[in-house]
Amino acid sequence: MSEMLHERFEIAQGDFATAGEASGRIKRILKKLGVDSAVVRRVSVASYEVELNLVIHSLGGRMELTVLPEHVKLYVEDDGPGIPDIDKAMQEGFSTASDEVRMMGFGAGMGLPNMKRNADDFDISSVVGVGTKITMTFNT
Amino acid sequence: MDRYYHSVTLDKDKCVGCTNCLKRCPTEAIRVRGGRARIIDERCIDCGECIRVCEHHAKIANTNPLSAINGFPYKIALPAPSLYGQFKNLRSINDVIEGLKMMGFDAVYEVARGADIVSVAVMERMKEPDCPRPLISSSCPAVVRLIQTRFPELIDNIVDVRSPMEVAASQARSEFAREKGVDPKDIGCFFITPCAAKMTAIRKPLGHEKSAVDGAISFLEVYGLLSGQIKKAKKPEGAAQPRATSFGIGWARTGGEAGAVQQEESLAVDGIDNVIRVLEEIEDNRLPGLRFFEGMACFGGCIGGPLSFENPFIARNRIRKLVLSLPKVRPEDVVPPEELRGLAEEIYFDKPLEPVKVMQLGKDVREALQNMERVEELSKKLPGLDCGSCGSPSCQALAEDIVLGYATEMDCLVLLKERLRQMARQMVEMAETTRK
Repeated sequence: MSEMLHERFEIAQGDFATAGEASGRIKRILKKLGVDSAVVRRVSVASYEVELNLVIHSLGGRMELTVLPEHVKLYVEDDGPGIPDIDKAMQEGFSTASDEVRMMGFGAGMGLPNMKRNADDFDISSVVGVGTKITMTFNT
Repeated sequence: MDRYYHSVTLDKDKCVGCTNCLKRCPTEAIRVRGGRARIIDERCIDCGECIRVCEHHAKIANTNPLSAINGFPYKIALPAPSLYGQFKNLRSINDVIEGLKMMGFDAVYEVARGADIVSVAVMERMKEPDCPRPLISSSCPAVVRLIQTRFPELIDNIVDVRSPMEVAASQARSEFAREKGVDPKDIGCFFITPCAAKMTAIRKPLGHEKSAVDGAISFLEVYGLLSGQIKKAKKPEGAAQPRATSFGIGWARTGGEAGAVQQEESLAVDGIDNVIRVLEEIEDNRLPGLRFFEGMACFGGCIGGPLSFENPFIARNRIRKLVLSLPKVRPEDVVPPEELRGLAEEIYFDKPLEPVKVMQLGKDVREALQNMERVEELSKKLPGLDCGSCGSPSCQALAEDIVLGYATEMDCLVLLKERLRQMARQMVEMAETTRK
């Protein structure tokens, strides 16, 4: 019997009807597992941000949740379009979101900084035309 | 007093073992076993949803009978503001107060006056620079309990002010003892309640050691008698008693408290499932501008309480009209904030609210991970119909119950049918082999 949980969630581009469902499920799983509530909160803030980023900015992608007794890991990859300037994208307030998306209350440019703030370890890499990969670790 | 006392209980004789309450319980606290519903005490938050949906009236909330007031030489009634919405053609609040006195109470102290004091205390908290955002109302005991079980991260956002019922009871007792020169111990304070959770809050107070309330009597218990007395009520003699403001009375319905404490940047939500959805948002920091959150378990707020008589929409409309008819005096005009200091011991919490861990799959993450894996495996086998026939609210819940040892795979009717079909086939095969 393993002491590890691994789940994968596919996120579709532009699908606001299901946006937030994956991070909601992640939160429910972590609560059932009895992960420390402060960690659950950080993971759910970060996973919601990343899920919305996938819906708004990517061409679709997936989130992978791994839970071990010592830490929670979120690995995210999308199918493009990639981020040309990661340093710029990491700045608070910077956003390339369309007016339409901003009308919905998103696109404040806080997504990536918010993820970084909530994770104990944050790693991002991106290739334009290929896609973006993010790994976040949360120590329990 | 047992650790997990709660007021919602089952009348075994009336329960037929259907799945109505099972499917509606927001904390998955109900199972049907042996043809009868069972409440998992630790999980129940006394929201009263099951009382509302049970067609057989098998779910009840423990409250006191009216005769309980006879255990005290002096009796004070504490009517919830929502009581005023229960009666047709009510001429004035005075009639309710006089009616209660005619029923045997020596005095009546409006809980709406307690709400005025609490409103001011909450406003004062919100002026403090380190006030959590949003500050969460402590007035609905089912929502407080919900936060303890499902949103422990938000416990510190709950304002550390006792409920209007508690504040009203301690004020009523000391006022009466002072005026009549009697021993406070000889005074019984009884809350007239629409709420299933208040009895629990009296027996097991939230955020403080001992309740100032001696019992709770439901609207349903007093309705018949009181409506008769109201018709006979006369104008009270002597000097006019202090009365609650329209803001205090407004607490009867959703948004009343938010309107009294913070008009802007506040959010009031009713219905336990809606409250859960908004608490999820607050937990994920998605409502950063929000300063005050009022969550009410019942639709409409307290006027929608499961122990009330009147249709909640009609009751809400009566409260709306009543509030409009009263002068617009603010709570802080009748309760100067300086006065709160002298009442600190009766107003604020004296012990912290603790998280209640009842939803986890194991005693630690390690064990929960192992159990979760077995739950996932079982979930794949189960039909996914969420029919409730097994007695658990969903296939997922059954899988968890099996892993935790509370149920077996054969509780699932679909799996059982499959097993019976297999067995029948085997018996036919066996019979054929023996014949040969």
